[in-house]
Amino acid sequence: MSAEISPAIELRGASKVFRTPAGGLHTAVRELDLTVGRGEFVAVVGPTGCGKSTTLTLVSGLEEPTEGEVLVAGEPVDGVGDKVGFVFQQDATFPWRTVLSNVMAGPRFRGVPKAEARQKAREWLARVGLAAFEDRYPHQLSGGQRKRVALAATFVNDPEILLMDEPFSALDVQTRALMSDELLELWEGTGASVVFVTHDLEESIALADKVVVMTAGPATVKQVFDIDLPRPRKVESVRLEPRFIEIYREIWESLGEEVRITRERGTAHVA
Amino acid sequence: MSPEVLSAPSSVDVVKSDRAHSRARAARRRKAVVALARVLLLVAVLGLWEVLSRTGTIDPFNFSMPSKIWDQIHTWVMHGTALGSLGAQIWVTLQEALVGWILGVVSGVVSGIALGRVAFLADVLGPYIKVLNSIPRIVLAPIFVIWFGLGSASKIASAVVLVFFPVFFNAFQGAREVDRNLVANARILGASDRRVTLQVVIPSATSWIFTSLHVSFGFALIGAIVGEYIGATQGIGLLVAQSQGTFNAAGVYAAMVILAVVALAAEGLLTFAERRIFRWKPSDSGQ
Repeated sequence: MSAEISPAIELRGASKVFRTPAGGLHTAVRELDLTVGRGEFVAVVGPTGCGKSTTLTLVSGLEEPTEGEVLVAGEPVDGVGDKVGFVFQQDATFPWRTVLSNVMAGPRFRGVPKAEARQKAREWLARVGLAAFEDRYPHQLSGGQRKRVALAATFVNDPEILLMDEPFSALDVQTRALMSDELLELWEGTGASVVFVTHDLEESIALADKVVVMTAGPATVKQVFDIDLPRPRKVESVRLEPRFIEIYREIWESLGEEVRITRERGTAHVA
Repeated sequence: MSPEVLSAPSSVDVVKSDRAHSRARAARRRKAVVALARVLLLVAVLGLWEVLSRTGTIDPFNFSMPSKIWDQIHTWVMHGTALGSLGAQIWVTLQEALVGWILGVVSGVVSGIALGRVAFLADVLGPYIKVLNSIPRIVLAPIFVIWFGLGSASKIASAVVLVFFPVFFNAFQGAREVDRNLVANARILGASDRRVTLQVVIPSATSWIFTSLHVSFGFALIGAIVGEYIGATQGIGLLVAQSQGTFNAAGVYAAMVILAVVALAAEGLLTFAERRIFRWKPSDSGQ
């Protein structure tokens, strides 16, 4: 009953402190409060290196918070759970596995019988348009195709929660827009809750229901903006709408300040 | 370049294919020149050796000469050695090296991966491994002869200790340097620790391990030969020791030639296996 009401993700006063190789302490995230509703698409924007990615690793269970609480579906996170999917910034496909075998990896790790895993993997490969490439190895694919493999490998596990860490930042601009549209299409069929980390404000507005602006590091939530653009959206056309530009200006006022702070710190550091 | 080409009503294609043609020809010619130079170099070195030895400029008793070495190999092949047929001697040495190599590789890979994955083990055993590694392991060969006798066990043991360390360090390094993203991804996808080791760490460490396999087969041969040289009843190493004992320099060199051929053949097999295993790698880095 309470699981029905509880939001998909809840961070309560979560902080994460890392020990640096030099022996010092580095606070990546401090007193972070964030709630993501079920089926909601939340984009997190902030200056580069502010600790956005750390937020994702806390939700995924790859890292534990130093302080505070992280709840997924009302339950405290304890290690990597089976509800979560994660698309990484860098290539994380297994280079020694074929495309099909890469997509099968998730279900196989979770104990799905081979034939069933293969069938599910083929379905998702067809959905990302790579059915003809199932016997290739990742190095034989383009960057965009590898990202599609990563998406298929993530979606095949039916994640309730989808964490994405600047997944398209390594792609060229056209491919990126294409992939964003594909992501929206794939996501709309699943009802998963998404946390999408990016430093690209345009991308975040085009994709999300809610944009969270982070402060300069150590990161905490600065402001949350609701994006009232109607769905379904097409990334290339939605960014030309007057409302989009309005929202962009509004959020940039908040984000730009943090970017400036980060930049000034950077120059101070160099000097 | 010639005026005919310029004035002829040839299309660009013709010029291009002409160019491609001459480029291919130049490449072929270069290959032939390299091969010829190689042969000439070998002939020159062997010829010089032969001539110097025959004229007495260098002592033929100590340095022997290519023709005598060839005669020696010929005699061994046709009439067998003092220890029995040459094939049998090669087989004995090869067997010892192979068994030692396999044992050394398996133990090296297993312990390398284990220490690479389990930080506690690495912290506890690290210093001891460093100490063991700093011992010049070839001095263990006489000890092994004392422990295990003149049979093949002592040779296998010296091959194992020579093979183990390079393989171990490479496997350890390979397990340590696994892409953290791949491990994180596997865990998110639902892999248990065991699966991560078997399906992520080991595959990505294979290229490190293979690098050491090439070197380590040579080490296994060295281990077997040294073991035989110190005390044995059979094998190429004993052949070297006996030739030396009878002041037969040609015999020593002949054994060396045979060993070189064996080592090269093994290297070829290994490269072949590697190509098959690393089909997933882009070809430019696979070379």
